[in-house]
Amino acid sequence: MATTHAQPREGRMAGRAFAYWLTNYRRVWQGTIISGFLGPLFFLAAMGFGLGSLVDGGGLGAPGYVEFIAPGILAAQAMQTAVGESTFPVMGALKWQRQYHAMLAAPLGVADLVLGHVAFVAMRVAITSVAFAVVAVALGAITSWWVLLAVPAAILTGLAFTTPVFAFAARQDNDAGFNVLFRFIVMPMFLFSGTFFPVEQLPGVLEAVAKVTPLWHGVELCRSLVLGTATAAGSLGHVAHLALWAVGGLWLAFASFRKRLVA
Amino acid sequence: MISAHRLTKRFGGFTAVDSIDVEVRRGEAFGFLGPNGAGKSSTMRMIGCVSPPSDGSLRILGLDPARDGPAIRARLGVVPQRDTLDEELTVRENILVYGRYFGLSRAHVRAKADELLEFAQLTDRADSVVEPLSGGMKRRLTIARSLVNDPELLLLDEPTTGLDPQARHVLWDRLFRLKRSGVTLVLTTHYMDEAEQLCDRLVVMDGGRIVAEGSPRELIALHATREVLELRFAADDHAPYAAKLTDLAQRVEVLPDRLLLYTDDGDATAAAVQRRGLAPLSVLARRSTLEDVFLHLTGRTLVD
Amino acid sequence: MSAVAAVARALPIPAGAGLARALIERNARAFRHGWITLVSGVFEPIFYLFSLGVGLGALIGDVDAGGGRMVEYAAYVAPAMMAAAAMNGAVFDSTFNLFFKLKYAKLYDSVLATPLGPRDVAVGEIGWALLRGLLYSTTFLVVAAAAGVVHSWWSLLALPAASLIGLAFAAVGMSVTTYLRSWQDFDYIQLALLPMFLFSATFYPLSTYDESIRWIVQATPLYHGVAMIRDLMLGDVAWGILAHVAYLAVMGVVGLLFAAHRIERLLLR
Repeated sequence: MATTHAQPREGRMAGRAFAYWLTNYRRVWQGTIISGFLGPLFFLAAMGFGLGSLVDGGGLGAPGYVEFIAPGILAAQAMQTAVGESTFPVMGALKWQRQYHAMLAAPLGVADLVLGHVAFVAMRVAITSVAFAVVAVALGAITSWWVLLAVPAAILTGLAFTTPVFAFAARQDNDAGFNVLFRFIVMPMFLFSGTFFPVEQLPGVLEAVAKVTPLWHGVELCRSLVLGTATAAGSLGHVAHLALWAVGGLWLAFASFRKRLVA
Repeated sequence: MISAHRLTKRFGGFTAVDSIDVEVRRGEAFGFLGPNGAGKSSTMRMIGCVSPPSDGSLRILGLDPARDGPAIRARLGVVPQRDTLDEELTVRENILVYGRYFGLSRAHVRAKADELLEFAQLTDRADSVVEPLSGGMKRRLTIARSLVNDPELLLLDEPTTGLDPQARHVLWDRLFRLKRSGVTLVLTTHYMDEAEQLCDRLVVMDGGRIVAEGSPRELIALHATREVLELRFAADDHAPYAAKLTDLAQRVEVLPDRLLLYTDDGDATAAAVQRRGLAPLSVLARRSTLEDVFLHLTGRTLVD
Repeated sequence: MSAVAAVARALPIPAGAGLARALIERNARAFRHGWITLVSGVFEPIFYLFSLGVGLGALIGDVDAGGGRMVEYAAYVAPAMMAAAAMNGAVFDSTFNLFFKLKYAKLYDSVLATPLGPRDVAVGEIGWALLRGLLYSTTFLVVAAAAGVVHSWWSLLALPAASLIGLAFAAVGMSVTTYLRSWQDFDYIQLALLPMFLFSATFYPLSTYDESIRWIVQATPLYHGVAMIRDLMLGDVAWGILAHVAYLAVMGVVGLLFAAHRIERLLLR
């Protein structure tokens, strides 16, 4: 061959994979607004204002229950959006619509398609987080300017779930495993990792378990930021914990995808 | 077994089946031939009592599908165009569960399943899930499943479409055995070799209507000549050659790469062509097939 | 099972052989392969009960369960979780699962080639959803009793009551499913379910709402389901409970008739 093309390197073409998912998203975004945005809003209204009227008589003390729960829901919805977008869509792209195979037939490599898709999920988490934060501020459930940092914290929380779940999804033959993931991992975390009540309410062992979950770190990070109780050391600890999940998960995702797609 | 008179199926303004008359007798193998969209599957669905006719009359096993649908279906076996196997179940369970849909006892269905797995050569895959099976295996399972109620009438909608040659021959063999054991077969196909192999009688459908009817032999005799002579010339356009040869055959057809001369004696016609001083690159004299009849009746243009 | 056949026969929808139980049998077999999915469903309401009742309950204390009767929060919220689980399970089965069978697995194409008819499909699928729901509500009741939040023997009637909720929602869910075009449409089902789950006096008393909007809450079917089961589990039974029963029964029967009609329209073309 006389001519040589500048060969794009694997990992540098993630933008092309991202562009694909974005194009796809344009067709279906209306529905996702409902599940990703109205859902948490309903939760905020019911739990924060409705249930809050019962709790505030009882015992959380200084901040009202709605202020307590809003940053918790911010983090929890980031988790739910991230997990939702990293399960069925990933399996679909591997098995049903096989978009990954199509991408691999183009010059893209495994790293490109993982990074591109993860970036897309992060964007989805960002959209719902921003939208929720806007509503929470408008309703007076969040009153601090620190919300501007709480939103990136929520996105990081989302990423801490996205990459490990990508790795998990790429190892599933069918969707039965997702049921287990939703019901035994995501749902208990949602209910017991400090979103709705301080984990100190839990018995000692469960409290310790709750405190190693990424959601608890996400919730604590978001909550301490908007309630003004954050410390630099504490926040960095939460960020490091979440980043560890995200990076470790990414490494696992690369391995799983290689095994599934090119091995 | 089946008696249809002016049978019609309309979907909105579109007429899929347009006033057809069909009689199928007990024990025969009857075929519906036609290109895609000819109305074969709509006809089959009406016969299967899952699609009410828009007009005309239809009697199956002497019963009225509108009133006695369940009773008729209890005596039918249906092999749909696309396999509708239950992918959440194993191979054996597909037959067991299907048998239970007919209200058959568990003990009866269990014994029947063993027999049918044997028949379909699937015994060693009995406890496998359905998804990884090959196309031919799935098709055989679909046929085995359709036999669980010992049907008097078996409806097969394109039984071998999409299968490799080996799988087709295995299936034909199974269908022969069924026919020999007295089951009435009604099938649709657009494979002429399949129709010639399996059907005692057939109708050719096109645009929702029946355009010809008879045994394969009768249809060839009626709508084609005994032989066909295929000529290739060293030219891009074969039409000028056709003009010079029209009187040598009963009919001449121009294809992009060759001419077809419909004649009773291919060799004699070939000699006549030579005598005119025309030198084709290749000459092939062959017997007419149902395919010639089919293309003559339904045209060569793609209908999709 | 013969009750199922009797219901199937009694429906004024044509084409059916009273063989709905065969479809239930099919679903039971299918779930032998996916048993983890079946079993995992047991845990959701139990998790909710412990999170809200025990974790959050400690912050709340006693709640007015209506008529000034104060009960601990766990006892207040447990019946609501049972009712909501019955709704969610029934809706999931009759929408998500049914849509898959209808559009992708083409299950009913093969079913309708047998003597089974549309009404067998409707009754069989709803019957299965109810059996599955009964498994969940029974487990939940046992756990709730062990946790000490069940206050009356009337609670045993909460089991058929939960089945009634399941029937009502499964029938309507099935009807809705026949109109769905793609998976995206499921977001709209969520849109209907989530507010109902959250606002139907599930987590806090009706009296929390302003007088002027209470009627909206009281118009929703889940409100009646929750109120019915709460009365039973707290042993607060009066004739008024029959209104809840009637609401859900009408919804179930009308929904079932309509669903069978729609399935016929969809499959027998």
